[in-house]
Amino acid sequence: MLTVRGLSKRFGPTTALANVDFEVAAGETVSVLGPSGSGKSTLLRVIAGLETPDEGSVLWEGTDITAEPVHARRFGLMFQDYALFPHRNVVGNVGFGLRMTGWSPGDIAKRVDEVLDLVGLAGKADRRINQLSGGEAQRVALARTLAPAPRLIMLDEPLGSLDRSLRERLIVELGEIFERVESTVLYVTHDQEEAFTIADRVAVMRDGALIQAATPEDLWAAPAGVFVSDFLGFSNRFPATAVDGRADLGWTIVAVDVADGPCHVVLRPDALILDEAGDIGVTVAGSIFRGDHYLARAHTGSGAELSISIPTRPHPGEQVRIRIDPAGVLALVE
Amino acid sequence: MKLKRGLLVALPLGFLAVFYLYPVASILLTGLVEDGSLNLTPFGDVLTSASLRSIAWFTIWQAVASTALTVLAAMPIAYVFARFEFPGKRVLSALLTIPFVMPTVVVGSAFLALLGSQSPVGINLTRTIWIIFAAHVFFNLSVVVRTVGGLWSHLDPRLEEAARTLGATHWQAFRTVTLPMLRPALVAASSIVFLFAFTSFGVILILGGLTYTTLEVEIYRQTVVFGNFGLAAALAVLQLVGVTLILWVYSRYQRDREVGLSLLPSASVARRPASLRQRLVVAGTIGYLGLLVAVPLVVLIVRSFDTGNALGFYRALFETGTGSTAFVSPAEAIGNSLWIAGVATFIALVVGMSAAAVVAYSSGRAARSFDLFLMLPLGTSAVTIGFGMLIALDWPIDLRANVLLIPLAHALVAIPFVVRLSVPVMRSVQPRLREAAAVLGASPARIWREIDLPIAARALAVSAGFAFAISLGEFGATSFIARPDTPTLPIAIFRLLGRPGALNFGRAMAMSTILMAVTATVVLLVDRFRVRDVGEF
Repeated sequence: MLTVRGLSKRFGPTTALANVDFEVAAGETVSVLGPSGSGKSTLLRVIAGLETPDEGSVLWEGTDITAEPVHARRFGLMFQDYALFPHRNVVGNVGFGLRMTGWSPGDIAKRVDEVLDLVGLAGKADRRINQLSGGEAQRVALARTLAPAPRLIMLDEPLGSLDRSLRERLIVELGEIFERVESTVLYVTHDQEEAFTIADRVAVMRDGALIQAATPEDLWAAPAGVFVSDFLGFSNRFPATAVDGRADLGWTIVAVDVADGPCHVVLRPDALILDEAGDIGVTVAGSIFRGDHYLARAHTGSGAELSISIPTRPHPGEQVRIRIDPAGVLALVE
Repeated sequence: MKLKRGLLVALPLGFLAVFYLYPVASILLTGLVEDGSLNLTPFGDVLTSASLRSIAWFTIWQAVASTALTVLAAMPIAYVFARFEFPGKRVLSALLTIPFVMPTVVVGSAFLALLGSQSPVGINLTRTIWIIFAAHVFFNLSVVVRTVGGLWSHLDPRLEEAARTLGATHWQAFRTVTLPMLRPALVAASSIVFLFAFTSFGVILILGGLTYTTLEVEIYRQTVVFGNFGLAAALAVLQLVGVTLILWVYSRYQRDREVGLSLLPSASVARRPASLRQRLVVAGTIGYLGLLVAVPLVVLIVRSFDTGNALGFYRALFETGTGSTAFVSPAEAIGNSLWIAGVATFIALVVGMSAAAVVAYSSGRAARSFDLFLMLPLGTSAVTIGFGMLIALDWPIDLRANVLLIPLAHALVAIPFVVRLSVPVMRSVQPRLREAAAVLGASPARIWREIDLPIAARALAVSAGFAFAISLGEFGATSFIARPDTPTLPIAIFRLLGRPGALNFGRAMAMSTILMAVTATVVLLVDRFRVRDVGEF
């Protein structure tokens, strides 16, 4: 089990980590989610031992390892740009960590084959690094990280530089691989879909601070604030004032369970339901085709703007009626 | 760690101080000071002498003309290499480097063979300026092609296409879009070519005869022929000022070389020629390049074989004693050259690699100044280095009579190249790679052995090859410090060219051919070791 206590790290005037506390249980996959510059990579580098924290400590199974050198930690880190050794071929890269820990050549060969098979690169052992495609390089980097069976696997935006379709396929594969090696995983990404797909728990970071750590379901149900809600892609957010458990948005009144005072009302995608008998009328301004639905931008009579999912192509100017499902309404207080 | 670093810095600093700064300072002292007070008489002599003024003037204008001609000759080749992919491109690219690494004496011999009094093509340009221009263009072509073509191959062709869609003709698009973007590379390459032409020594000495004399040649004559050290020193000081000015221009443009340009990996820029017109352009340029580069070298080889007795000239190289007391057998000269090159390579590698390690692994002002300091010998003409060593190194111990002085001088010339070749390779070991190795369980010592060393080893091999080739061909400095009984190959060739008779000319051709073959082999061998993907975008 990895425990991180009160980690802080500053680079000159910028705070990369601000008093971060969290844990990763054995066998758990935790995704660290946040925009670029939020300190995710620094967190991984501190845990790996590549950076020394200004304050705080890193513990493994309760033992403080903050002062332990990088090569003694037996953690795996897959770099965003892979950092494959250009002067070694695929085998040389994947077997590197095994050689460092004194495996015999025979065992190394066997293990390398096994891992290459696991990542779907069987038969490409003798390739040179500059002959690999982006997807293959990514798999080699993953195999190199997995080969020594590290106590903790850390991945820094492992799919960041790949194109969308490849990314969607690989994220599922990655999840299966983690399942099979039963490893403890820390997965850094800025993509919330990736985080939700792979993680048991998601930790959201902002400006070096850990804002919320929860299961994807809990995060979806109760984002801890405006930042998390926006980052999850909830675009229908309206500032309002709560009075006696109700908030008036000007075009509708919704029930909220927050104390009286200023708050933000978020209508999740599942809150806005298309219904001919609905009590709210909106006018479509434009729409984006999303394959199985259209995402329409619409205005209420009072001028508020909403994003609504509509199954058939809406025409600009068309009137649509909707109702609000209270289950999809969130009230956030900063 | 601190101590080791100190040693790495001290070794190159000490070496350059003793074998470069001290000799150059001695030139200044000889030229400017007499009996402890400032004495500008030699300068007065230089400025009032009409013949010396005309030498200075000739030095400048021939350098300007040589530079312009080289750029003109190189541009089509740079264009074709940057924009097109064609079979044999790599071989041609290697062929292109050969003239640049050829010893100046070989280039001189080759052009004597091609355009001399017995020209096989019937063009006798002996004692005209044109034979000098031809040799300078041949020698410097690759500088322009590499520098300009290198940048050109990374320029986004769509920019020119955009200009074309906006109504520009081919020529307008080139002039208004491509040319301005190439300007930094053009200026940088031109200043280097100008520098080489300005300090041209071997080529002028062999091809210019008594008609054409540059400052370098005049320094040599004043020293070796007339023994007029004061005047020679004054000329050397003037020369140093000129060279410093050129280098200043160069470094200014070098600094903002690639700033603000949209650069692409060269592979995405080069295309196979599509239309008939493009194919003709590519084929024509390849033919033209072959003519420019291969013909002089081929003629040199052909002339090295005796018409009556095919290997006669080569056999004559190994016959000793032709009566003259100062004569040393050519075979001995070959032996001298080889051991001197070996020692020079060793010194250059030890000093150069430690300097490169300091430059590559440190940053900040001090490291940059150190880097610049290391490049100084590159900007100083070989003649200045040889002359400086000749007048300086008699104290505290007299090294002038020591045969080790020659490899020391050669190492000095080679060190900047060793540093330039090694630093990018050492720097290419990104910190990420060391981090990745550390995470995988490699201790710091292991990281150095597993990551840094294997990558630096290639730089070592390439540097060794270049240092060896430089030493083999070095002529300027050697001509001052070589003792009559230990000539190197280039010195022996020069001596043979100065003797009358077809046999001596034939022997000079044969020796030049051997020198060319050895140099070309070394350079092509190490070219295979170059880390190509390093430094690509």
